[in-house]
Amino acid sequence: MSFLVDSVIMFTSQVLFFGFGWLFFMRQLFKDYEVRQYVVQVVFSVTFAFSCTMFELIIFEILGALSSSSRYFHWKLNLYVILLVLIFVVPFYIGYFVVSNIRLLQRQRLLFACMVWFTFMYFFWKLGDPFPILSPKHGILSIEQLISRVGVIGVTLMALLSGFGAVNCPYTYMSYFLRNVTDGDILALERRLLQTMDMIVSKKKRIAMTRRQMYQRGEDQNKQTGFWGMIKSVTSTQSGSENLSLIQQEVDALEELSRQLFLETVDLQSTKERIEYSKTFQGKYFNFLGYFFSIYCVWKIFMVKFWSQHISFILVGIIIVTSIRGLLITLTKFFYAISSSKSSNVIVLVLAQIMGMYFVSSVLLMRMSMPLEYRSIVTEVLGELQFNFYHRWFDVIFLVSALSSILFLYLAHKQAPEKHMAL
Amino acid sequence: MASLDRVKVLVLGDSGVGKSSLVHLLCQNQVLGNPSWTVGCSVDVRIHDYKEGTPEEKTFYIELWDVGGSVGSASSLKSTRAVFYNSVNGIILVHDLTNKKSSQNLYRWSLEALNRDSSPTGVIVSNGDYDREQFAENPVPLLLIGTKFDQIPESKRSEVLTRTAFLSEDFIAEEINLDCTNPRYLAAGTSNAVKLSRFFDKVIEKRYFTRDPSPMAAFTDRKRFNFKSLHYD
Repeated sequence: MSFLVDSVIMFTSQVLFFGFGWLFFMRQLFKDYEVRQYVVQVVFSVTFAFSCTMFELIIFEILGALSSSSRYFHWKLNLYVILLVLIFVVPFYIGYFVVSNIRLLQRQRLLFACMVWFTFMYFFWKLGDPFPILSPKHGILSIEQLISRVGVIGVTLMALLSGFGAVNCPYTYMSYFLRNVTDGDILALERRLLQTMDMIVSKKKRIAMTRRQMYQRGEDQNKQTGFWGMIKSVTSTQSGSENLSLIQQEVDALEELSRQLFLETVDLQSTKERIEYSKTFQGKYFNFLGYFFSIYCVWKIFMVKFWSQHISFILVGIIIVTSIRGLLITLTKFFYAISSSKSSNVIVLVLAQIMGMYFVSSVLLMRMSMPLEYRSIVTEVLGELQFNFYHRWFDVIFLVSALSSILFLYLAHKQAPEKHMAL
Repeated sequence: MASLDRVKVLVLGDSGVGKSSLVHLLCQNQVLGNPSWTVGCSVDVRIHDYKEGTPEEKTFYIELWDVGGSVGSASSLKSTRAVFYNSVNGIILVHDLTNKKSSQNLYRWSLEALNRDSSPTGVIVSNGDYDREQFAENPVPLLLIGTKFDQIPESKRSEVLTRTAFLSEDFIAEEINLDCTNPRYLAAGTSNAVKLSRFFDKVIEKRYFTRDPSPMAAFTDRKRFNFKSLHYD
């Protein structure tokens, strides 16, 4: 009886998570695009729903809600479903949509998608060999094999993102790092940009006028393409076209300059907006959080032993919420930056894959931060994985990622004031 | 080299609809071989004969400013884009016929560009929603171009054309539907070419030839103003 009640509760919460993922997809990610393939939306929402359910099960575990047998059952069920989705469904659809975009292969889409999937499975399997993640007594087709590999990929991803986030978060929110940007700087840069555009325009006018005059004089000066075109252009004595190619080179250089100036202006504008944001109440609040988290991250880098298990549990809760929120925001920004109407489906599916793997490995790593008495269920469900390996692997990648992010941001920051000196 | 007068026409639309291919087709009379993502703004120039074939024929430069990006961009991108919207004489709105969202986004694009126009008769919008009256008073001529026409199957064509007819009514603009990889659509003598030519004539007329009783004085006045603004903004 209690099993039925528990299942109803779990199912309701899953439907809620599914709805949230659906809304997020429609309102945030795809608000400027047309959704033509509903399967993408469904797959994304399903991945999100089952990932969130795992976190929910951890919370239930700690709170002692629901009966322990039904908790165990739902853990297993959830795990099977999410592994099915992450290993079979999502990679297959990624392959299918990538293949659909390539015009040559469009006829035999399904066939090529299956081939892509088999290649993926091969590399996925090979991934397990160099890592000491399993004890040898497990069979080939056991669930531990799959989880271990998903775990490795996910843990690497998490460590890379956490390392970068640990360094980037204080950098972004702390006022100390913000460069001094005045309106005058922006106006000066905009003026330069428009002057460059004017120069490009006047050169293009010359090219257009020259072409028109040559055309009116009956000379054949249109694009010398192909093999015969090259021969022709070598032997011809048309000074007009030589002049044109010279101006064209100047135009190409100016266009490159205009692109750089444009990107610099955007950069200055966003810095100015960040400064303004940091002066508002919301900005100050996040500033404070930034200080707090940077201290936590610095501690993490130096690996000091905790003195209280329960503080770590509260932090686990905070980490879950902020990491889900942070991940969704990062995914959204990334998606806006690189997607177009052609590639949006593929990118959303890749993001769903990353999100799923990220959440699965969060569960693996969370075991480290959980108080001792709750670790047992996680150990029991996930089988005899070598958890210590994952913890050490995470720490190593985290350190590497944090240090390289510090280097990268230092170089980027150093370059910025020099750019403004040149103005 | 004759120094001709110029008009500035913006080419706006979502990313991936084919603005760069269109501008290349209009200015170089050739199909763009390797379209890539436009960063910032790319300009090209077309030489146009105003009132071709009549005694008042005059040649002008038409600058086509192809501004890249999407309506949902970050506000820093939007404020930077806005520098390109100064002293605009005409706007070409480009949408993808296979993508309804790109057509809907054109309302936001036109508002973004028209709001920024610094001329005294510029359109002021209070709440950002579409208002037909404002388009009626709009001094900037608009042209609607739908791309990827060849990718619409025969059965869906009438439905798509009805939709675009509504769009052109809303914008009070002519519409052209074409495929940027096929120069045949804009070949001389086709109705599309005539519409395009009429649009450019309208832009030039609005810019240089007002309906004042003394058109010559207004013409020289505007010419002086034009040269000044070239180097300020």
